[in-house]
Amino acid sequence: MFGSNDPLDFIDYIRDNPEQFWELFDEHVTLVGYAVLIAILIAVPLAIITSRISPLEKPMTWIANIGQAIPSLAVLALALPIMGIGFRPSLLALTVLAVLPIFLNTFVGIMSADPAVVDAARGMGASDFQLLRMVQLPLAMPFMFAGIQTAVVQSIGLATLAAYIGGGGFGDWILQGLALNNFPILLSGAVPVAVMAMTAEILLGFVRRLVVPKGLRVA
Amino acid sequence: MQYIIDNPDIVWTRTLEHLQLVAGAILLAALVGVPLGILISRVRWLELPVLNLSGVLYTVPSLAFFAILIPYTGLGRTTATTALAVYSLLAIVRNTAVGMDEVPAATVDAARGMGMTGFQLLWQVQLPLALPYIFAGLRIATVAAIGIATIAAVVGAGGLGRLIFDGIRRLDSNVVIAGAIMSILLALLADLLFSRLALLLRPDLRASAERG
Repeated sequence: MFGSNDPLDFIDYIRDNPEQFWELFDEHVTLVGYAVLIAILIAVPLAIITSRISPLEKPMTWIANIGQAIPSLAVLALALPIMGIGFRPSLLALTVLAVLPIFLNTFVGIMSADPAVVDAARGMGASDFQLLRMVQLPLAMPFMFAGIQTAVVQSIGLATLAAYIGGGGFGDWILQGLALNNFPILLSGAVPVAVMAMTAEILLGFVRRLVVPKGLRVA
Repeated sequence: MQYIIDNPDIVWTRTLEHLQLVAGAILLAALVGVPLGILISRVRWLELPVLNLSGVLYTVPSLAFFAILIPYTGLGRTTATTALAVYSLLAIVRNTAVGMDEVPAATVDAARGMGMTGFQLLWQVQLPLALPYIFAGLRIATVAAIGIATIAAVVGAGGLGRLIFDGIRRLDSNVVIAGAIMSILLALLADLLFSRLALLLRPDLRASAERG
């Protein structure tokens, strides 16, 4: 086992260490799951508020756009001096970065509702809240889900880096593989993460198509 | 901040390494991506598989991508440049293809009517008109590559990521912050530079850009 450094032996390595594999998987999914959930709870109300108060539009979208240009490793690294190492700083960095795509997409979704449709709703006597709940939010759903999709895929990648600040997850094996120059361990961390990200992208792509309001679906 | 002031030469060296890494990768990606974008805008059935493939590759976490390449391309520049170029491909290919598609059919017809050959049409009409889109693609790719290149330090390719990872290892937040701030500055600078450059190339777009 230790004599071989064939990268493809990673399959054997995973098979030999199933408990650790599932532990890392669990850590990884927990980190991503919490980060995205908290991010949704922050980003969606933020997008709704921003869409209602027009002086907020410019600065908020500007901040979100700038935020997306910031290298994610930098955000993760900056969480370190603030909160030290471990799960919490990792969660903080992942959440901050997940808020950006969800906020931007939801906001764009709400704003992209056809003005004629908004007018029609108002003409039918819809209150502000009804307009939001029955017209704008359903129309924004596909956008919102695109944002969530981006956030999940991005968080899976970032959670890998979180291993560097003690956040756990599959990054642990990548780090170990690098330190020991052991290719099977290296790929035992890298391949599952790559598969997770691709699976999430494809699966959430399907979900996104499901949330398109009935009236908008092209038969 | 203190670290940058105290060690300007180290920070400068790392910044140059970073820029070289990104420039090499973007150049490589553009040399492959622009022709590929032109190709898929002409050969329709290729469009979906090419965009889907580069889209799926784009989702692979960067640390995992670097790690998977190490056994095959070793530690160093080659691995880093390859991974960065692959990540940059999606934005460049997609934007080139969109730019080619956005050329009005009437314009293409007129060019053909004037007796242009396929190559003249491409070189004198379609590419110049697609240029703003191609530049938007290069801009997205460059800003992203500056961020991802920080992770290239893991495979020994140097750059600003060296400062971040060294700082994490030594638990020295000054070094971490130095690397983080410099990479953020570079990304924002690149973003600004490319949007200016796009306006220089197509002054006729300036009016509409300034209107917001």
